[in-house]
Amino acid sequence: MAAIGILIKIFIVANVLMGAVAYLIWVERKIAAYAQDRIGPNRAGSEFGIPFGLLQPLADGAKMLLKEGVLPAYVNKPLYLIAPVIAIIAALLGFAVVPFGPVGPNQVMDFQIAPYVDIGILWVFAVGSLAVYAVILAGWSSNNKYSFIGGLRSSAQLISYEIPLGLSILGMVLITGSLDLNAIIRWQNEHHVWGVFVSPLGFIIFLVSAFAETNRLPFDLPESEQELVGGFHTEYSGMKFGMFFLGEYVHVITVSALTVILFGGGWDLWGLLPYLNYKDVGWIAAIAKLSVFSVKVAAVILFMMWIRWTLPRFRYDQLMDLAWKSLIPLALLNLFATAVVLQIVRG
Amino acid sequence: MIISNYIFIGLLLLVAMTFGLAPIALAHVVAPRKRSRVKEVAYECGVLTHGETWVRFRIQYYIYALLFVVFDIEVVFLFPWAASYADLGIFALVEMTIFLAILLVGLIYAWAKGVLRWV
Repeated sequence: MAAIGILIKIFIVANVLMGAVAYLIWVERKIAAYAQDRIGPNRAGSEFGIPFGLLQPLADGAKMLLKEGVLPAYVNKPLYLIAPVIAIIAALLGFAVVPFGPVGPNQVMDFQIAPYVDIGILWVFAVGSLAVYAVILAGWSSNNKYSFIGGLRSSAQLISYEIPLGLSILGMVLITGSLDLNAIIRWQNEHHVWGVFVSPLGFIIFLVSAFAETNRLPFDLPESEQELVGGFHTEYSGMKFGMFFLGEYVHVITVSALTVILFGGGWDLWGLLPYLNYKDVGWIAAIAKLSVFSVKVAAVILFMMWIRWTLPRFRYDQLMDLAWKSLIPLALLNLFATAVVLQIVRG
Repeated sequence: MIISNYIFIGLLLLVAMTFGLAPIALAHVVAPRKRSRVKEVAYECGVLTHGETWVRFRIQYYIYALLFVVFDIEVVFLFPWAASYADLGIFALVEMTIFLAILLVGLIYAWAKGVLRWV
């Protein structure tokens, strides 16, 4: 019985994620349009009196479903077909341990798909790095030079930036003494200090690596449409192409949620508003925490979209240099400094 | 670690697989299919593809992969250390400093050897 309830919860969360992704694509297109002095999608829905093209995601979805999925003759078929499925599965699995609201035995509900999984952050990284398989398999199996180069670039980029990403959060793990994301939020809530203030260097390294891990500009070398057509998904069309998009945006949501949890205090608001203490239980507190958390995540996502239209793409050697010659030494320094300061403070 | 907590992840895996396979199945039913010889050719901006795709590629990718293995294992070692740092005291700090120093020397060596230079 309990399993059915949990299954329903998981289904709702997954659907909300997909809906959020659909509207994120709309937001991204709108921001792109305004950045380039255009209007962007504004027709879909105007027949029904719905403004701003708010039905555009529906139209996009229907279009992707109804387009022919061309299966080129020279691809490695099993791998070619399985790559977009892996992209979606890896992206959704990563969200399993992300707490998007209060979690605990006294709370009205656990706002987390897999509560009480104490390895928390490690799980996100373990599953998050599976996404590289989708990209490599897609790039290799397409048997297309653009895809192949895109897949190679992407594999080198993703594994290079995984190291600073892992190292940058170690500072916060040292300070809070836990890998559990709920414990990290609780620590920030108890002290009313956000991670960005106790581990600023870690925050910067995390943010830069997160951009690279989600293939967002200025690190979108795997796609780089001006040089590689579409990179690893050049040969994909119809729904299979759409699935790569969905997976990528779910990844963006997960990374933004992680940024908020690790460095933005989760649902903490410095005690400015009531109901935002980890001791508060009940529906009002739950809804308040959920709202604050969602607003923060939205702010991080908007920041990512803003950066996309602000910075140009890196050159490939610059990209690798940034990871190996700047971020990794800096992350090691940050880790060492945090450990020493903690030792001094704690005596 | 309690195994039952991981059941949620198993359930999520089921849902995720549905979300991955359902669109493909649906598109297979709904989407039109009109095969033609020209459509099946590799897409290279309208020019017929020339030569092999899966050629030998530059060694740099391989070297970065090797470096990645070393440093990723290092990060894996650091996680349990960081989580229980508060209980370990000054000895853990000294020990980890030596560990980090050895790896840092490795990175500096690779750097000095020109391995990190993308040519």
